[in-house]
Amino acid sequence: MDRKFERLQEIIESHGGRVSHLIAILQEVQEEYRYLPEEVLTYIATAMNISPATVYGVATFYTQFSLIPKGKYVIRVCDGTACHVRGAEPIHFALREDLALPKGDSTTPDMQFTVETVSCLGACGLAPVVVINGDEVHGQTTPESILGAVKKIVSREQLKENKNSSETGCCQNA
Amino acid sequence: MLNSRLELDTLKKKALADIGSKEKRILVCAGTGCVANGSLKVFELFQQLLGEKPELAVSLALEKEHSHQGVSAHTSGCHGFCQMGPLVRIEPRGTLYCKVQPGDVAEIFEEHIINNRLVSRLLYHDDKNQLPIETQDEIPFYKNQFRVALANCGRIDPDDIKDYIAHDGYQPLAKVLFEMTPDEVIKEVLDSGLRGRGGGGFPTGRKWLFAREAGGEKKYIVCNGDEGDPGAFMDRSVMEGDPHRIIEGMMLAGYAVGADEGYIYVRAEYPLAVKRLHNAVETAVRYGMLGENILGSGFSFKVNIKEGAGAFVCGEETALIASIEGERGMPRPRPPFPAVSGLWGCPTVINNVETLANLPSIILKGAGWFSNIGVTTSTGTKTFALAGQVAHTGLVEVPMGLTLKEIVFDIGGGLRDNKVFKAVQIGGPSGGCLTREHLDLPLDYDSLQKAGAMVGSGGLVVMGEDTCMVEVAKFFMGFVQNESCGKCVPCREGTRGMLELLNRIANGSGTEEDLSLLEELALIVKDGSLCGLGKTSPNPVLTTLRYFRSEYEAHVRDKKCPAGVCKDLLDYRIDPSLCKGCGLCKKLCPADAISGERKEPHWIDLEKCIKCGTCISKCKFGSIVTN
Repeated sequence: MDRKFERLQEIIESHGGRVSHLIAILQEVQEEYRYLPEEVLTYIATAMNISPATVYGVATFYTQFSLIPKGKYVIRVCDGTACHVRGAEPIHFALREDLALPKGDSTTPDMQFTVETVSCLGACGLAPVVVINGDEVHGQTTPESILGAVKKIVSREQLKENKNSSETGCCQNA
Repeated sequence: MLNSRLELDTLKKKALADIGSKEKRILVCAGTGCVANGSLKVFELFQQLLGEKPELAVSLALEKEHSHQGVSAHTSGCHGFCQMGPLVRIEPRGTLYCKVQPGDVAEIFEEHIINNRLVSRLLYHDDKNQLPIETQDEIPFYKNQFRVALANCGRIDPDDIKDYIAHDGYQPLAKVLFEMTPDEVIKEVLDSGLRGRGGGGFPTGRKWLFAREAGGEKKYIVCNGDEGDPGAFMDRSVMEGDPHRIIEGMMLAGYAVGADEGYIYVRAEYPLAVKRLHNAVETAVRYGMLGENILGSGFSFKVNIKEGAGAFVCGEETALIASIEGERGMPRPRPPFPAVSGLWGCPTVINNVETLANLPSIILKGAGWFSNIGVTTSTGTKTFALAGQVAHTGLVEVPMGLTLKEIVFDIGGGLRDNKVFKAVQIGGPSGGCLTREHLDLPLDYDSLQKAGAMVGSGGLVVMGEDTCMVEVAKFFMGFVQNESCGKCVPCREGTRGMLELLNRIANGSGTEEDLSLLEELALIVKDGSLCGLGKTSPNPVLTTLRYFRSEYEAHVRDKKCPAGVCKDLLDYRIDPSLCKGCGLCKKLCPADAISGERKEPHWIDLEKCIKCGTCISKCKFGSIVTN
């Protein structure tokens, strides 16, 4: 078996290959690959003995699933009613501007950031809310505060990169 | 492992004694809102300080073992007053500290815990006289509430089954298992008048009766925790703050209808709720409160947790069933109703989280107690998620039939930033907008229905005069259109058509005929759609057309947005008498639409202006105005 699919097979088997677990299987697979590559969907269909159309149908029905790769940092701007009336749109706009997202795209070309809107995160008391990578919740945000958070991530990433390159530099010297 | 009712009672006594033996109990809110504001750090610091004071005979929550005396620190579920978070409640006095930052912990510890003195600056201060209010119950936001479903939220540790048992948890289950027949349980629920809290308002007891009467060996109970309505978060709070109550509610339903297995369907967007529910199910199994032969009664029950994957339509019963079965969440025509043929063709009762959370109290205190709360046709309480332009946002549980005014002004403290009340949107995308004339309308199922709105899941978004009702209708239509599953034509095509009309009206190309076309289309979608999502989706449009028609007319006739929201109808102008010529707007304008000499009034080229609003938000002199 292709090494790439080993983990995939494990996930399917941990659910006993049951069709009623298809959503849970796709969730775990997406966790693994960060998105659902087409060949993975075909593999799941074959392994579970269901049609690729069924798998594809489920994968495209639910908003949680993505068939295209997402950035390392997924920024989700809540656009539920409470956040909407308290200014979610300017925040979304500011993020897209700042990260220079091309029209129609939600991910930066360097695969660092994905900016999406989500219908409600259930934290309406803190509107407007922005969540980064699922668990970093920012409440009562403004365009400035969220751009500040993005800036922090960018500099953290740069620091990491510098460190990595200086480490490799070290090794070469040694 | 609890093998009998006696053992449950003994554990309750022991757990109560443990709590009573503590001089003080520190509860740090660990709901999504407070965690976002840093409550876990606050909790850690309390733990650290307790650890440094062994003479206090301290017990730490993470160890889950109570010691004989002293102080204990716990995390709690959501209090519903997220805006004031992180919240710290200290018992037995019920003191509530608001917006507690890590830097405040040492002071609270020193003053309140050791020296028994209040830290006044962290108490809630009254809006009117600015005086500090000590206890949670005296704060106006809580004073007018009556908590049944949320009774334990913020007061118990959701990860500790013993805390739940100490607060009468699993007593109602023991009562039905040993004292009542399933028919008696159904009668009790029927007599209580409890109606589905997820929006439909169908009598819960009747639903149970159908499932009980349906034949078949295997039956299921499903807890609908797919709280997709934007603007509603009471289910999240109960799942995060009191997960055992939901499990107990499901078991009460299971015993009544003869089901031995249940599913909790919870949104994946609520990671904390998922975690707490998993933990609650695991501990309940370990304590023998779930599994075979519960408390030696012969009744068995199993609970599975299913995570949703982000589809609003899955809140609809039949779509939810399809999703649990692993398929696309598309609704099926009813009948057959799920109570007759549901999950894998078996009779299935689907109850909403809040409905289930009411059940233990109904069984424990009786149908008479419950039906005395609220009004005749809508008994009990309802939780509303108060949000939007209101001073105090959060969860409020009140007796049914309270007026809109009491909720928005007495509990919510009116509008923030001195805004003027314009409307509330109640019940999410299925509900409608109510206006100033409705301020005295009692909020119950039937009064709201008459006004063209619905209780829905209880989202209550308050809007000030600067909200455009056309834009609000467009917002909801955009949401519904996006979430329409595409199975039936009226919803799939109708919502698309309505959205297109609304877009036209909002961008100034709408005509008066469009308004009547919009209304006609709305009625077709309402009548012709297959499921609740489609049938109720025109409500925001219909209610805004009914109550704010002049605003629509201003958009189509005068090409003006009276609230100044719809971008395409706005013209940005610089008031030359106010402009100091500082040049800030010129520098910041992304479209290079502003020109002018330094220290001279600037002007905007309307051809180039993209109406992004940058200039207006940055101008220090308020010189940029819209028409």
